[in-house]
Amino acid sequence: MNKLFAKDQIAETTRRHRGAMVIGRSRRRQQAMFAIGALVLLSFGLVQAEVSPTRILAGLGRLGEFIVLMIPPDAGSSTRTYVEALGETLSIALLGTMLAALAALPLAILASRNILPIWLVRVLMRRGFDSIRGVDTLIWALIWIGVVGLGPFAGVLAIATSDLGAFGKLFSETLETADQRPVEGIRSTGGTALQELRYGILPQVLPLIAGQILYYFESNTRSATIIGIVGAGGIGLHLSEQIRTLEWQKVSFIIVLVLVTVAVIDFISSKLRAAISGARPV
Amino acid sequence: MNTALQHLPPQQLRPLLASYALAASARRRRMVAGLTVFLACVLVAGWWVGVDLAMFIDKIGAFGSYFSRLFRLDSGALAWTDPADWFWGWRKWLALLGETLLIAYTGTLLGAMGGFALCFLAASNLTPATPRWLARRFLEFCRTVPEIVFALIFVLAFGLGPMAGVLALMIHTFGALGKLYTEIVENIDMKPADGISSTGGTRLATIAYAVVPQTLSGMVTCTLLRLEINFRGASIMGFVGAGGIGQELISAVRKFYYTDVSALLIMIIFTVFILDIITSRILRRLNTTG
Repeated sequence: MNKLFAKDQIAETTRRHRGAMVIGRSRRRQQAMFAIGALVLLSFGLVQAEVSPTRILAGLGRLGEFIVLMIPPDAGSSTRTYVEALGETLSIALLGTMLAALAALPLAILASRNILPIWLVRVLMRRGFDSIRGVDTLIWALIWIGVVGLGPFAGVLAIATSDLGAFGKLFSETLETADQRPVEGIRSTGGTALQELRYGILPQVLPLIAGQILYYFESNTRSATIIGIVGAGGIGLHLSEQIRTLEWQKVSFIIVLVLVTVAVIDFISSKLRAAISGARPV
Repeated sequence: MNTALQHLPPQQLRPLLASYALAASARRRRMVAGLTVFLACVLVAGWWVGVDLAMFIDKIGAFGSYFSRLFRLDSGALAWTDPADWFWGWRKWLALLGETLLIAYTGTLLGAMGGFALCFLAASNLTPATPRWLARRFLEFCRTVPEIVFALIFVLAFGLGPMAGVLALMIHTFGALGKLYTEIVENIDMKPADGISSTGGTRLATIAYAVVPQTLSGMVTCTLLRLEINFRGASIMGFVGAGGIGQELISAVRKFYYTDVSALLIMIIFTVFILDIITSRILRRLNTTG
């Protein structure tokens, strides 16, 4: 660069484009301040969490011991129990996702601008979805245990509730991206509002929605593995029990079991999603 | 335009209708088959879990009464008529909420740093197959094991308290953001990178001057969204003794302090709203100026 331009040329350019250069410099200063602030907050967080080198080293040592004890994974005599609990986990995920999707579709229709242009209803629905999503699945599990008692049923309802928020938002956004021209076509031939929805909008969005439901089923198999920790059914109960009683071989067995299952579900569901979006072009 | 709609003669129409019916029935058959399989799965799942519809109908009324109890103070008054009594523990709860936020922030930032360090190793356009495979499997492991499971184990290894929560969120975030960062890195324009490596720049120089500038804004977006998710994650860390507001929440639920439960839930939801507003505002500013 310096070979190509003479010094005074560079100085001249700098002077002429001072505005741009100065903005660049102040922007950089702003970024530096931002980074420093972020790091200060980070170190404050570390101090508050009482993170110290000695604690980390001691903890890592213990963690190493645990990992040594985990090998090889071994379920002892409880293989059957764990596989059954895993089945329960998958069932919870499936039923919860299905229930959420069934409940969310009509609600999402109410929250879509292009179908129901009433501002108040839409805002209320959207805020409702956001509130539901703001609460973690595990908290919903706790609440439902208070209502229906311990067991997998509370788990199903917990997954269904927390997905209701997610699906409501996703579905209504998907519905709003639907092309309005088929709807206008149906309206112009004298179709009712219900027919507009059924033949104009749903055929466009159903494949997308099916893909979203499958995607959430995948992620729910993950959440369903942990809701047992608070007593809402599935393999999480066994996992937390074995961790608390320091049965490390069983712990690693369960973790491996979960990882393999999740990988299999991911594989199947990604194939299905590809088939849905390929077979029925939008 | 006065052209009437043309009707095809029947002998020409018949094969067309037949082939349409064939195509439609094939589609319908596939649909029915899919639905049958799905319904069978649902029935098996229902049987496995032991769904009892009679019990469900019986208990669905209990949900309403549970909710009304959530908002009724010990004195019998509705909760919002006496906010001072409803939020009686707000000092302690706000401190715990602050701790939760701090756990989420610290875990997110540490995890993001780790993900940033590893994403170049996991990107197919920058790294040969073997180290890439290792990096990817490692990230996958970190994000597939739920953070609460890490928290359970870390509480035993590092002791009770927010440190276990921070570490658990860090590991999970590392896996999740590492993957997203990798995807961002894989989608860059390789021309600047080729330019730098063609002038003899090292791998580090290539990444620093050609890759990072293209990816930074995308990474910031992912990280901010992750911060929101992690706040939700941090709110339950207390369930297993890993710090934050979850400890208070689970004990309120277990001891049937209904109004405390609703007060805590409202505080959590409110914080999520505020976080949502702040992050979307930051994102909008980044997108307009950057």
